[in-house]
Amino acid sequence: MRARVLVRPKAGILDPQGQAVERALPALGFDGVTNVHVGRLIELDLDDPARLPEMCEQLLANPLIEDYEVLLGSVEEPLAG
Amino acid sequence: MRFGVVVFPGSCDDLDAQLAARRVGEAVALWHADRDLQGVDAVVIPGGFSYGDYLRAGAIARFAPIMAEVIEFAGAGGLVMGICNGFQVLCEAGLLPGALLPNTGLRFLCRQVELEVVNPDTPFTGACPRGERLSIPVKHTTGRYYAPVETLAELEAAGQVVLRYAPDQNPNGSIANIAGVTNAGGNVFGLMPHPEHAVDPLTGSTDGLALFASMRDALTGAGRP
Repeated sequence: MRARVLVRPKAGILDPQGQAVERALPALGFDGVTNVHVGRLIELDLDDPARLPEMCEQLLANPLIEDYEVLLGSVEEPLAG
Repeated sequence: MRFGVVVFPGSCDDLDAQLAARRVGEAVALWHADRDLQGVDAVVIPGGFSYGDYLRAGAIARFAPIMAEVIEFAGAGGLVMGICNGFQVLCEAGLLPGALLPNTGLRFLCRQVELEVVNPDTPFTGACPRGERLSIPVKHTTGRYYAPVETLAELEAAGQVVLRYAPDQNPNGSIANIAGVTNAGGNVFGLMPHPEHAVDPLTGSTDGLALFASMRDALTGAGRP
């Protein structure tokens, strides 16, 4: 089973990377972009996706400072959006 | 007394930590893949980039075989000091509250800072001159201390906030200007500044020695009554 884990900085915690990207976009003429946040994408193949939340809590994310979202799907399937 | 300084792949301040420790006692290296603390009296987790800081700073190092021993040692009340990357490792290992985030300014910082000793009654600060600031360098990219508001209130109330950056000297955006904290038991200490780089007049300050001397005094019963 293919899985993807999206890790994001927790809402309310200052995200200077997101801010830096947000400030850089208008410099290239991309106006009207707000709420930019930079996170991490972890892709993995695994036998038992039921154990993913546990993996996220213990290693893939630091729940104190990050939120995570698990997406299940085949390798061929592109990430939605 | 004997300090053990852990060496992970990617540690780079372990030798300075050993040299600093030798000014107040003995020091040996503790290899990450060993499961043996060699009977040391105190453990130092040094600065650097353990395991490349992959995933998050300190996230992988906590699974090193030596860390199982360090966690057991800390659980039994042993003194453990984590410096910079060592602080990140101890937070990731759950031995210290909170987490370290990228500096607000996103840049690597390397500069001398002044620190206020908020709690001089710990095994790590007992030998610090009361009411005086410490001048110690910081050098990091991921040094912004963070703890949720409720945790922060608990830390402040329990005297676990040990070091603060002096007013207007917070280099990284740490919450409440926090530079160093202990666990609830007071025997595990983490700080972003590098006391091991401030032990010789040649490099401008010897204030870092006070932290190593405090640990020695706490373990040998020396120092102030």
